[in-house]
Amino acid sequence: MSTPQHPTPPSAAPQWQAGSGPSYPGYTSPIPVVRTHLGHAIASEWTKIRSVRSTIWTLGVFVVLVVGIGLAVAGLVSGSATEVDYGQESPLSFGFFGVLLGMMCVVTLGVLTTASEYGTGMIRTTTTACPSRGRVLAAKSIVFFAVAFTVTFVSVTLVGLMDVAMLDGARQPTGQEWLKATLGVSLYVALLGLLSLLVGSIIRHSAGAITLMIALVLAPLVIALFMVAQALEWLRSGLFSYSIPSQIGVFYSTSLGDSGPSGWDPLWIAVGVTAVAFAGAVALLHRRDV
Amino acid sequence: MIELEGLTKRYGEKTAVDDLTFTVRPGIVTGFLGPNGAGKSTTMRMMLGLDRPTSGDVRIDGRHYDRLKDPLTAIGALLDAKAMHGGRTAYNHLLCLAQSNGIPRRRVDEVLDTVGLTAVARKKAKGFSLGMGQRLGIAGALLGDPRILMFDEPVNGLDPEGIHWIRNLMKSLAGQGRTVFVSSHLMSEMALTADHLVVIGQGRLLADTSMPDFIARNSRGYVRVRTPQREAFLDALRAAGMAVAEVDGGALEVDGVPAERIGDLAAQHRVTLHELSPQQASLEEAFMQLTAESVEYHAHGAAPSDRRDGTDRPAAPPGARAGDGWGAGWEGK
Repeated sequence: MSTPQHPTPPSAAPQWQAGSGPSYPGYTSPIPVVRTHLGHAIASEWTKIRSVRSTIWTLGVFVVLVVGIGLAVAGLVSGSATEVDYGQESPLSFGFFGVLLGMMCVVTLGVLTTASEYGTGMIRTTTTACPSRGRVLAAKSIVFFAVAFTVTFVSVTLVGLMDVAMLDGARQPTGQEWLKATLGVSLYVALLGLLSLLVGSIIRHSAGAITLMIALVLAPLVIALFMVAQALEWLRSGLFSYSIPSQIGVFYSTSLGDSGPSGWDPLWIAVGVTAVAFAGAVALLHRRDV
Repeated sequence: MIELEGLTKRYGEKTAVDDLTFTVRPGIVTGFLGPNGAGKSTTMRMMLGLDRPTSGDVRIDGRHYDRLKDPLTAIGALLDAKAMHGGRTAYNHLLCLAQSNGIPRRRVDEVLDTVGLTAVARKKAKGFSLGMGQRLGIAGALLGDPRILMFDEPVNGLDPEGIHWIRNLMKSLAGQGRTVFVSSHLMSEMALTADHLVVIGQGRLLADTSMPDFIARNSRGYVRVRTPQREAFLDALRAAGMAVAEVDGGALEVDGVPAERIGDLAAQHRVTLHELSPQQASLEEAFMQLTAESVEYHAHGAAPSDRRDGTDRPAAPPGARAGDGWGAGWEGK
């Protein structure tokens, strides 16, 4: 690390223009005053998200998991299956496993986007630069959602195309199936990441928020697995079919049980939960000190 | 201009800031002084809208901070050197701040140059020393070329050359007509930079005065005399109507009289002098006296019991080390 060069006197500060100020006396800067808006906050958040290594890491691992596992499963299946084995199953459904694991990366990045600012103290600088706390959260949400959606969409579309190409024994997926396995899954994963971002803003602690989100994703499924009592059957099937892995399965027509959400339902559930979390996060931001 | 009115912040039972009312004016450096835990940082956070006051009000050029449409061009703040993401480069840290306020990108390079970090602009902030982090924080404060600047303990972690630089920086910023508000817990540091002084202790306002006034009121000037004919000279001094104090080690301290007159008096009475030296009680002592009652965390065994005498003249207690005038203490402490 080189030492900083000897600083020059602050001649970079522009000259003082006397007079023409507002009702309050003092210095007037030649830099034009800009009325800031959401666009500025979005540009700022875009710079933030692309300039830290955790973004590259989490999204890199995400792509490797989704594409790698997707292709590995397709390879295994195409190596052993005959036409009869596929039955009525769409070849797109083999993309499910990669998304299931890769989702954790999006959850982690979502949490880090907000919680790491509290961990590092950056939030004080951010809030000073943009005192409208709701605007900061909205900008973070928009930028993160766009990034998560784009990366997921590209990955799952790639996996879908490969699946269809490799598994030539299976039937051709319908247009609706294509839409759900690409657009639907991408929207759902990006929403889950956005929920993590909001939980990060509420909890303000990276490890805590990531743990909570992983528990939210896995706990219902794990609890249901061990719920053997007959009297709890209704709870068990509810936990199974509304667990997040099962809801992702809905987009691939591989959900656990028939009682739960179907079609595009998981997306509407995710939109509802995320909207509630957003309202809660904004309310807390306005109430709490930074 | 920053205006505080009855600003109060309570955390449960504890009152961190208690009914502060004062104004920070443009064109001068205002020092904000108080011992650790006095509420300086809490007050600054409320000025910036980070913490909400329990009651009272603080306005930046007549507006609440969160109503400013151009926050970084109105006020630039260095809160602490660690208020940044260590994984981001210095350049990107400043860039995201600039973008959030629509400040032109070229300003990032300008302020990096101003604080002397151009060489490490593309290095990650977590590799920075405390002093470099402090410079980066100052660059962030200067980014919007703001009318008001606020520095919380800016000399922390800076080397003597850096301290000298920041003093000049603050003075020149104030000279351009800006409002400069700087906190410190070192009286000696403030004596060198501030034109006006606001002192708080345990969240309460203890003093709001100009620096020359504070010095005039609080720094006791006296002359120290040592002579082998102590008793005889003591009588002579008293006969001449001078206030003399006898201190340990056999010296005499004469208040409020120029050294010349004492020398003349000694010559008249044919008294041999071994020492005749004008002294100034340190402002550090005066500050400690002022805040002694309100120091929240002090080390055991060093309780300032001899300063709780309730006198309103906060001069150095007898026997206190008074040789090093104000300004001498900042390196050692």
